[in-house]
Amino acid sequence: MSHPPEAAALSRPVPSRAQLFLAFLGIAMSGFGGVLPWARRMLVERRGWLSGAEFTDVLGLCQFLPGPNIVNVSIAVGSRFHGLGGALAALSGLLGGPVALMCVAGALYARFGGHGAVRQIFAGVAAAAAGLIVAMAVKMAVPLVRERPLEAVPIALAGFVLVGLLRWPLVWVLPPLLAAGMAVAWWRRG
Amino acid sequence: MGEIGTLIRHFALLSLLAFGGGNTVLPEMHRQAVEVSGWLTEQQFADLFAIAQAAPGPNILIVTLIGWQVAGLAGALAATAAICTPACTLTYIAANLWHRFRDRPWRRILQRGLAPVTVGIVAAGAWVVAETVDRSLVALALTLATAAVSLWTRLNPLWVLVAGGVLGAAGWV
Repeated sequence: MSHPPEAAALSRPVPSRAQLFLAFLGIAMSGFGGVLPWARRMLVERRGWLSGAEFTDVLGLCQFLPGPNIVNVSIAVGSRFHGLGGALAALSGLLGGPVALMCVAGALYARFGGHGAVRQIFAGVAAAAAGLIVAMAVKMAVPLVRERPLEAVPIALAGFVLVGLLRWPLVWVLPPLLAAGMAVAWWRRG
Repeated sequence: MGEIGTLIRHFALLSLLAFGGGNTVLPEMHRQAVEVSGWLTEQQFADLFAIAQAAPGPNILIVTLIGWQVAGLAGALAATAAICTPACTLTYIAANLWHRFRDRPWRRILQRGLAPVTVGIVAAGAWVVAETVDRSLVALALTLATAAVSLWTRLNPLWVLVAGGVLGAAGWV
């Protein structure tokens, strides 16, 4: 992955902790049905804190680590600028607003969730929302199937069948599947 | 207190298994919350999923809602902290190392080996959720409509979620 020369990195603005907090709060509160596209828009296009290549690099790391990608992005970006304090500022910006909102939503649901009308509305919203994950799975699968079908499809398919159809616990499935994935990637290394 | 302990143990473990993001662990959350612990019914799980998807913020915050259902505010906060802390700690350490090793070939091998696993598990999550919520042809059509809108148009898929709510209120789903 290419990195811009040091001079370009130095000429970009360095956010304060408060700016990190506010930026990630903004990212979180605009992220309906998915947050990552908003993160790139804010960090690269609007604020210019990261170059496009740097954002891709950070996201690559965060996808490779366990945990919600956007949460990991907040930690990685925050710590890049201000160490632990920056990471905590970005993380609390990202989670503060939505968690408060979820607590209100959870309380309302616990109280009114059993009502028929509420139930029907949720049935409709849930059916539509399921499409977001279907779309994400397709978007993730397409480049993989296009670039290295023989290598990737059997492993992806095994994961889908074991976890999705057979409902095996993830703790049993992931370690052997990851080992297989790594072994194939090692064997086919260019 | 016992319930909160179970919440924390469960979600802290999931935190470290969530390769490729929150949707990877949806099937496992479903298994634990509905089948193993009986915290939620199928219907409740589908409802909470809908709230988490429709509300702004990371979709992983379905754990906040599950926590609330199990043990109120304390449960919500405990579940949220549990799903975040292990992965965040790891990311904090790794982010600093990652930059140093960015040109090493083994890093590329790790990424290439991980990708197909992630895709398979995310697809499994899509299947589990769709199977849970698509109880009618209209529901199935809504799912496919949202998928189509986010794959092939620049429309905000939120509009299909709104349409789903309206159709649901009319009693058609």
